Amino acid sequence: MVDTHDLTRLIFGRLTLESLPLHEPIIVGTFAVVALGGIALLGAVTYFRLWAYLWREWFTSVDHKRIGIMYMVLGIVMLLRGFADALMMRMQQAMAFNGSEGFLPAHHYDQVFTAHGVIMIFFVAMPLVTGLMNFVVPLQIGARDVSFPFLNNFSFWMTVGGAVLVMASLFIGEFARTGWLAYPPLSNLAYSPDVGVDYYIWGLQVAGVGTTLSGINLICTIVKMRAPGMTMMRMPVFTWTSLCTNVLIVASFPVLTAVLALLSLDRYVGTNFFTNDFGGDPMMYVNLIWIWGHPEVYILVLPAFGIFSEVTSTFSGKRLFGYTSMVYATVVITILSYLVWLHHFFTMGSGASVNSFFGITTMIISIPTGAKMFNWLFTMYRGRIRFELPMMWTVAFMLTFVIGGMTGVLLAVPPADFVLHNSLFLVAHFHNVIIGGVLFGLFAGIGYWFPKAFGFKLDVFWGKLSFWFWVVGFYLAFMPLYVLGLMGVTRRLRVFDDPSLQIWFVIAGIGALLIACGIACFLIQIAVSVLRREKLADVTGDPWDARTLEWATSSPPPAYNFAFTPVVHDNDAWWDMKRRGYARPLAGFKAIHMPSNTGTGVILAGLATAMAFGLIWYIWWLAGVSFIALLAVAIRHTFNYHQSFNIPADEVVRTERARTELLAGAKS
Amino acid sequence: MGTSRAKKIRRLMGLSVRYLKLLALLPLGFALGGCDFVVLTPAGDVAAQQRDLVVIATVLMLLIVVPVMVATALIAWRYRQSNTTARYTPDWDHSTQLELLIWAAPLLIIICLGAVTWMGTHLLDPYRTLGRIAADRPTNPDLKPLEVDVVALDWKWLFIYPEYGVASVNELAAPVNRPLDFKITASSVMNSFYIPALAGQIYAMPGMQTRLHAVINAPGNYRGFSANYSGAGFSHMHFTFQALADGDFDQWIAKAKSAGASRLGRQEYLALERPSENEPVRFYTPVDEELFPAILNMCVETGKMCTSEMMAIDAKGGMGLAGIGNTLPLTYDKLAARGAVFGLEPSYVAGGVCLPGDQVGRMSDASTIVPAPVDGTPLRGYGLARPGSARKSSTSFLFGRSSKSDS
Amino acid sequence: MTIAMGSMKAGEPVFYVVDEHEHAEGHSTMLGFWIYLMSDCLIFAMLFAVYGVLGGKYAAGPAPKDLFDLSLVAVNTTFLLLSSLTYGLAMLAMGQSRVGAMMAWLVVTGLFGLGFLGIELSEFAHMIHEGATPQRSAFLSSFFTLVGTHGLHVTFGLIWLVTLIVQVRLHGLIESNRRRLFCLSMFWHFLDVIWIGVFTVVYLMGMLR
Repeated sequence: MVDTHDLTRLIFGRLTLESLPLHEPIIVGTFAVVALGGIALLGAVTYFRLWAYLWREWFTSVDHKRIGIMYMVLGIVMLLRGFADALMMRMQQAMAFNGSEGFLPAHHYDQVFTAHGVIMIFFVAMPLVTGLMNFVVPLQIGARDVSFPFLNNFSFWMTVGGAVLVMASLFIGEFARTGWLAYPPLSNLAYSPDVGVDYYIWGLQVAGVGTTLSGINLICTIVKMRAPGMTMMRMPVFTWTSLCTNVLIVASFPVLTAVLALLSLDRYVGTNFFTNDFGGDPMMYVNLIWIWGHPEVYILVLPAFGIFSEVTSTFSGKRLFGYTSMVYATVVITILSYLVWLHHFFTMGSGASVNSFFGITTMIISIPTGAKMFNWLFTMYRGRIRFELPMMWTVAFMLTFVIGGMTGVLLAVPPADFVLHNSLFLVAHFHNVIIGGVLFGLFAGIGYWFPKAFGFKLDVFWGKLSFWFWVVGFYLAFMPLYVLGLMGVTRRLRVFDDPSLQIWFVIAGIGALLIACGIACFLIQIAVSVLRREKLADVTGDPWDARTLEWATSSPPPAYNFAFTPVVHDNDAWWDMKRRGYARPLAGFKAIHMPSNTGTGVILAGLATAMAFGLIWYIWWLAGVSFIALLAVAIRHTFNYHQSFNIPADEVVRTERARTELLAGAKS
Repeated sequence: MGTSRAKKIRRLMGLSVRYLKLLALLPLGFALGGCDFVVLTPAGDVAAQQRDLVVIATVLMLLIVVPVMVATALIAWRYRQSNTTARYTPDWDHSTQLELLIWAAPLLIIICLGAVTWMGTHLLDPYRTLGRIAADRPTNPDLKPLEVDVVALDWKWLFIYPEYGVASVNELAAPVNRPLDFKITASSVMNSFYIPALAGQIYAMPGMQTRLHAVINAPGNYRGFSANYSGAGFSHMHFTFQALADGDFDQWIAKAKSAGASRLGRQEYLALERPSENEPVRFYTPVDEELFPAILNMCVETGKMCTSEMMAIDAKGGMGLAGIGNTLPLTYDKLAARGAVFGLEPSYVAGGVCLPGDQVGRMSDASTIVPAPVDGTPLRGYGLARPGSARKSSTSFLFGRSSKSDS
Repeated sequence: MTIAMGSMKAGEPVFYVVDEHEHAEGHSTMLGFWIYLMSDCLIFAMLFAVYGVLGGKYAAGPAPKDLFDLSLVAVNTTFLLLSSLTYGLAMLAMGQSRVGAMMAWLVVTGLFGLGFLGIELSEFAHMIHEGATPQRSAFLSSFFTLVGTHGLHVTFGLIWLVTLIVQVRLHGLIESNRRRLFCLSMFWHFLDVIWIGVFTVVYLMGMLR
């Protein structure tokens, strides 16, 4: 009897049948839906014999465009999960009044709000931002791929690995019940002994490796692979913001890696970094994690600023106003974002001088941000503004973001923060900047670059419907939270006593439902656009009469992006080419050297995920075997010296001739 | 299935889009209804000053935010593509005057706000003793502030009144217009002590002491709670704050004394400390004088070394190799902790027999207090140096300010 | 690289490169690896900061002067510094394409690295045997983590070194192998620099404390 018990522990670690949440009907229901959906998807892929195609052309692809698109798909899929969590929270908070406990017990609810935060930041916003940068940046700088194409593929799959772990926690075991930053002592073993925090740690560690490597990759790409003539001060603003974002990634994610490693040592080895006893210091964790956490906010929002710059300039038919000050504003924000972390915990009692220092540095960030806002405004001024979808998102952003910026500066005043910290006012504030800033920016970016990626525009009707649902839903969902914050209601509460608050939560819930409609319309928009792709097709490669290099090539671009590397004379390079009578080269094509696809990235990331799973469940043999295999595969990979091939000249000729014909067809 | 039907649906949906836009105005209607905006209408002088700062900062920023929003709407409308009468200058991308303006305007606002912030942060530092109890009433120097020791437990609040030797669970009472001096700590995880009507919040952290000085000006019952998520019972971790007129407060103390079921010593505290939710209000009397320092120094369990003692030993270079084995296995886990899988058995550092009396004295000294200015004339930014003369510089942002680090 | 189009008249703008503008393979490897090292450096910076905060928290247990054996650490440091020197000599030999000498120096480097690791591990084992485990105090937690992380890096450096020795044997000093050896050299010297920090902050200042 004892022997079998020891044997199961050896094989399964602490994973038992009880770890499966079979007693929670909500989770079982969710699992059924996800499983059915998954089986349907897998079945369809099998039925249409797509496995080989997907593996060959997508999963193993090192093409930055395909990796970018896969990042976007990952982000959108995870958005559904993260948003389901949001809906559950809104429903719980709208219900749990007058003695009602709502429909979620604490054990479940506390996981839901933790998972919502983690997923939305790490597995929705990050993949969407990284995906856009991956897709657009090499095209914008006239490059054929990123500096390290294989690493790019590996980074993507590591992000997927992290997402898989977080998703697995829904059905196998549980997720952390600590809030999205897992402050100790609560996240220490003494107060969170189950696997939840371990899922959190390893999910973020696996994804974090991917993010850091992709940051290094994109910095190198931007620094080393710009087309001739593109000096730093001729880079498109989106490329600039991407550069700053990736610098932020490389300079902040190692901090996260380190602090999570220390937390895991506390949990696995019993060290005393953040414990209450033996000299440990939980406050140090709070400091360290926010040294990563605050730059993270700018990692997300800077690319969005870049998108707005591109969109405003394109749809106003006008050069971007104040390019230089835009660039400097971006750089200043990048630097300042490291000097403000303490504003996340003024209430820790650091003393007035320290608090006001960090409060004032925080306010200073609003100066370059304000300057950017004015730059967009003056770009629109005396322009010819076409209110296509991306431009609509931009205007909605400008109107929404100033409110979020204002409440943000308000929270940076320490005494004001004392009364609003951790309240729903704070929750409203950061959703205001993340939805109103990052998400609106991503939607603008998706609408803007979708035709570049697929060769047809997105359907306008469903897009507008999605837009209005989102914007109205956002205001309905979050303005009540501002109000509730002023009524002294704190965040992460599961039940309420004061019945007069309920109406506000109901309104917020309605807002969340409208946002749900917005998401549905967005998905329908994509489906409808795919169905009507003939009608929405764009053969010119430049559907918006845009200004930067990515629009100089065809849509979708060929694997090699540009048959000849462009030469840049202006920061609106493509605009300059169009204006000065650029003629597309029709002859003289040569073979093009490109990196080959490889499955190593998938395998490595899979092994890393398996290792993490083993560590989470104390399945030591799995962790050990995966780690050794990981090392072996990585070393094996370096023995393959031939990781590139040539696209033959006649294939380039064929591709380019096809485009010539298309263009001629469009003109006639 | 003609296109006409599809058109009709589209028109209908277009209409619904228009109504959707109207929905956005809905919250405004509710905002006008009568609600308890406690943050904007507090009953304590400190919270009122914090409210003032919220309002001042908002107004300052609205100076620039409103023009920007109006300009966005106007420019977006005026320069729409269909308006061909508007001027169009596709190559205009620079204007030194304008750029100066767009950097200077936010800068000016931030300079004003920064000045307000610097002053406000120092004046409303929760560690600072009160200089006034209302806008026009300086504190009476003869009236000793009421000291309340606050402990955030899993998941309830313990309030100890050292002056009266009583303690209460989940109910806090205070006389109006008497300065309150809170010493705040926690038993296990991080919480935040917040009574919106009284003053802003401050974290309650295990092994550390934070301070809050405040005063309540109007009698009444107010809501207090933990404002930092602390685990499963967090939602129920609230209490009533009763602000009482002087006589009523004495009565409350008397009631607490008569209702106090038992004394609160180490054993009773260890029983109380265990995680529980929805604890009813209850009172203890008398209260062991050494209890709060022991909670703060994490040595309520007999035989466990106090952090103050530990830090004193560490400051002298530790106990050497002899100290290695100075640990005892942990007999009582607050939750289901079993010790790290690769770690040792959970344990703690064994300490001196008990807390030496002089150490208690030193731990509760007021080294981190910032005294209020003696003269009551309004402070200007420059005048901030005034109270600073008596201040100790223990303001490290990595450590917060704990009082456990002396000797 | 020629930026010209045969058919174009002089003075007209040039919009693309006719002669293919090839990025040589591995053109940004050095930069990328350097940035990676900087990010790794940040991890060490964090660990140093943590050690700075917790280094004095002995939890009434042993302090550095009770535990460290400076003479052993001096030997250890010498080993690592010498290994950096021998790696430098290997790189000089590579510059002159003297494969044999280079390989010899690489092997010497590896042996020094092994020696370093061996001494470090025996130091750890000794401390743990005495009861000064990472769990005993926050100081010991941060000590073992900082020094251990460095040791882990040296371990991976050694695995990499062995891999490269095999690869040079298989393919000779081809361009990719030279690049890889150069990256490892940056890595190895970087670890040396970190160790000087560890030696100063942890050992020397610890003994003075």
